[in-house]
Amino acid sequence: MSDASFVRTEMLSEQDPPPTSVGVIGWLRANLFSNWWNAILTVLCLAAIWYVLSGLLGWTLRSVWNAGSLNECRDVMIANWGSTHGHACWGVINDRWLQLLFGFYPPELYYRPILAMLLLFAALAPVLFADKVPPKLLYVTAAYPFLMPWLMWGGSIWTPIGVAAGFVVAYLVGRKLGGTASGLVLGILSAVVWWMLWFGLPGQAETFDSGVGRVLVAGLGENLASISPDTAPFWLETVESRKFGGFMLSVLIGVVAIGCSLPLGILLALGRQSNMLIVKAICVGFIEFIRGVPLITLLFVASTLLNIFLPPGTNFDIILRVMIMVTLFAAAYMAEVIRGGLAGLPTGQYEGADSLGLNYWQAQRLIIMPQALKISIPGIVSTFIGIFKDTTLVSIIALLDPLGLSNSIRADTDWNGIYWELFAFIALMFFIACFGMSRYSMYLERKLKTEND
Amino acid sequence: MAESMHDTMVEREIDRRKMQVSEEVAIQITGMNKWFGMFHVLRDIDLTVHKGERIVICGPSGSGKSTLIRCINRLEEHQTGQIVVEGTELTSDLKNIDKIRSEVGMCFQHFNLFPHLTILENCTLAPIWVRKIPKREAEETAMHFLEKVKIPEQAEKYPGQLSGGQQQRVAIARSLCMRPRIMLFDEPTSALDPEMIKEVLDTMIELAEEGMTMLCVTHEMGFARQVANRVIFMDDGQIVEQNEPEEFFKNPKSDRTKLFLSQILGH
Ligand SMILES: Nc1ncnc2c1ncn2[C@@H]1O[C@H](COP(=O)(O)OP(=O)(O)OP(=O)(O)O)[C@@H](O)[C@H]1O
Ligand SMILES: [Mg+2]
Repeated sequence: MSDASFVRTEMLSEQDPPPTSVGVIGWLRANLFSNWWNAILTVLCLAAIWYVLSGLLGWTLRSVWNAGSLNECRDVMIANWGSTHGHACWGVINDRWLQLLFGFYPPELYYRPILAMLLLFAALAPVLFADKVPPKLLYVTAAYPFLMPWLMWGGSIWTPIGVAAGFVVAYLVGRKLGGTASGLVLGILSAVVWWMLWFGLPGQAETFDSGVGRVLVAGLGENLASISPDTAPFWLETVESRKFGGFMLSVLIGVVAIGCSLPLGILLALGRQSNMLIVKAICVGFIEFIRGVPLITLLFVASTLLNIFLPPGTNFDIILRVMIMVTLFAAAYMAEVIRGGLAGLPTGQYEGADSLGLNYWQAQRLIIMPQALKISIPGIVSTFIGIFKDTTLVSIIALLDPLGLSNSIRADTDWNGIYWELFAFIALMFFIACFGMSRYSMYLERKLKTEND
Repeated sequence: MAESMHDTMVEREIDRRKMQVSEEVAIQITGMNKWFGMFHVLRDIDLTVHKGERIVICGPSGSGKSTLIRCINRLEEHQTGQIVVEGTELTSDLKNIDKIRSEVGMCFQHFNLFPHLTILENCTLAPIWVRKIPKREAEETAMHFLEKVKIPEQAEKYPGQLSGGQQQRVAIARSLCMRPRIMLFDEPTSALDPEMIKEVLDTMIELAEEGMTMLCVTHEMGFARQVANRVIFMDDGQIVEQNEPEEFFKNPKSDRTKLFLSQILGH
C-alpha cells in the first residue's frame, strides 16, 4: 500500500475546546498574556494608565463646585485638603456656564437660541435618519435656513420671507427654462433682482425702508413711518452680532459652514471635472487658492480687509462674513474629498446613466452622487469635524467663541489665573459634538453597507 | 437532394426574417469617421438599419465594433459624416442626444447596473425621471419586463446579490422599461460563465423574435445564425464584409473574413 492513500475507518466525535482557550481566561491569555514579552507590556501599560487616571480623576473629582472666585476656591481647597495642588476649581463653570454657552446673548431671550437648536434637530432628523422619521419633517428642514437667522438675530419676519421668496423665484425661473445652464444663471439673476426689489439697493437701506417688503407691509395696513418693534407683525427683538458668543456661536458658524459647504463642495468638484474650460479653471483656481491659504488669513480678510473693498457705510455683519469665509474654506476641502469619491466610480456608471437618457443633473443626482458621497463619507465627516473645531479660530479676530470667552472670563479679577477647568469644559463640549458626528458616520457607513451588498 | 432541401429551408427562414423587416429606416449612417486623438478608429462607415432588422457585428479585438455602436447613442462623438436615428440627426444638441438615448436601449459587457438601487429601482429610474411616468405604472412595467427575463422574484434585491447572468438580464429589462425602438448590445455575454451565456442569449432571442430592431456586437455565432438578418464583419475601423448569416459563414468573400472565421470557428 502506498503512503498517499488513506481511508478513515472511524469518524471522530465533536469535543469541547480546552478551558484555557475559551471564556475570560482564554481571552486574557490570547490577547494580553500570550507570552512573557506580552505579559510585561500589559503590566507596564496598565501601570501607565493607572498613573494618568489617578492624577486626572483625583483632580476632576476632588474639586470645588461652589465658589464665586478663584480665591474662594483656594480657601476651600486649603480647608479641605491642605493644599491647592491637584484639585479642580469647577466653581468657574458653575458661575459662568451660561456665558460659555450663550456669550452675551440677553438672558431673557435664551429661549430663542434654544428653540433654534431644537429646531435644528428636527430639521436634521429627516436628513440623517431618512428611514425613521416622517418625511413631513422635511418642511422644517426647508424652512430652517430662513427661520434660524430670524430666531437668532430677531427683526421682522418679512426679512426671512423675502429671502426665501427669492429662492422660490430662482427655482421657478430656472424650471421654466428647463434646468439648463442658462436657466441656472437666469434663475440666480432673477433672485438677485428680487432681493434688490424687496430689500432695496445695497447701501440705500439699512433694513427696511425701501423695496417691495416695505410696500407689502404698507399694504397690510401699517404706516411706514411707524414700523417699530411694537407694531410690526411677528417682530422679534433684535440682538446684535457682538452679543453672540460661547458654544452657541461655534455651533452657529459650524452648522452654517457644514450645511453650505457640502452643496458648494459638490458643485466645485463637478466643476473641476467639467469639460467647460472656464468653469473648470475657476473651480481649480478657487480650490487651490483656498487650500493654499491658512484659515486665519481668510478670517483676517473677513474682519478687516473686506471693509476696504466694500462701499463705505455698508454694514456687512461680521458673523456673516466669518460664516462665508469658513464655508468657502470648508467647501474647498469638501470638493477634493468628493472628487476622490467621484474618481472611485467606474465609468460604466456614467455610461449606464447616459444610455438611459438621463440628463447631466439627473445622472449626477440619482446615480453618481449617491455613490460618490457614500465612498467619501469618512472624508466628509472628517472635514466636518475639522471645520467645527476650526471655528475656535474666530477668537483671534475678537469674536467670543468659547475660547475667546475663556480669555474674557480670565480678565475678570474673580477668575484671574484659571485655565484648565475652562479648557476642560470647552474640550468636553467639543468632544461630545465631534464624537457624535463620528459615531453617526460609522452608523451611516454600516447602514449603507448592509443595504447594498 | 438533402442539399436542396436544406437550401429551401434556409431560403424560407431568410424570407421569414425579411418579413419582420420593414422598409422604414431606423438608423442611417453615412460617411461617418471618428478619431481618438490622431488614431482613426472608424473610417467611412455607411450603414442602413431597417426597422425590425437584427444585425450582428463581429471582428477582431480593437477593430472598432464597440466604438461604432457607442456612436449610435452618442456615448462616443463622431467627427465627420452623419448619423440619423429614428429621423433625428445626432448633433451636439443635448436635447436631441437625450431624446435619442431614451429611444435607444443599450446593454454593456459589464452590465453597468446601479449598485445602490434595487433591481426594481434600477428598472423604474429612467421611466420615472426621463419619461415622467407615475411611479406605480413604472413599477408595473418593470415587473412585466422582469417577468419576461424570468427574474421577478429578485426585484427587491441589489445588483451585487445577483449572478452575472441574472444581472445581464436585469440590464436588458432595464433598457426595455424605456420601451426603446432600437436595442444595442456590446458583447453582452463575454463577461459571463458558459452556463449563464445561454440564459442571456435566450432572452435576446425572444426579444429578436418579437421584432425588436437590434444591433449586437458578439462572437456568439450560434446566435448570429439563429436570429440575425445580417452579419457585419469589421476590421481596422472599416466594414469589410456583410451578408446574410448562412452565406456569410459558408462563403466568406474577403480574406480577412476567412481568416477571422477560421480563428473563431476553428476551436
Ligand atoms: N476612449 C478611447 N481613447 C482612445 N482610444 C480608444 C478609446 N476607446 C477605444 N480606443 C481604441 O479604439 C480602438 C477600437 O476600440 P473598440 O473598443 O471599438 O474595439 P472593439 O472592436 O470593440 O474591440 P473588443 O473586441 O476588444 O471590444 C482600439 O484600438 C482602442 O484601443
Ligand atoms: Mg468592444
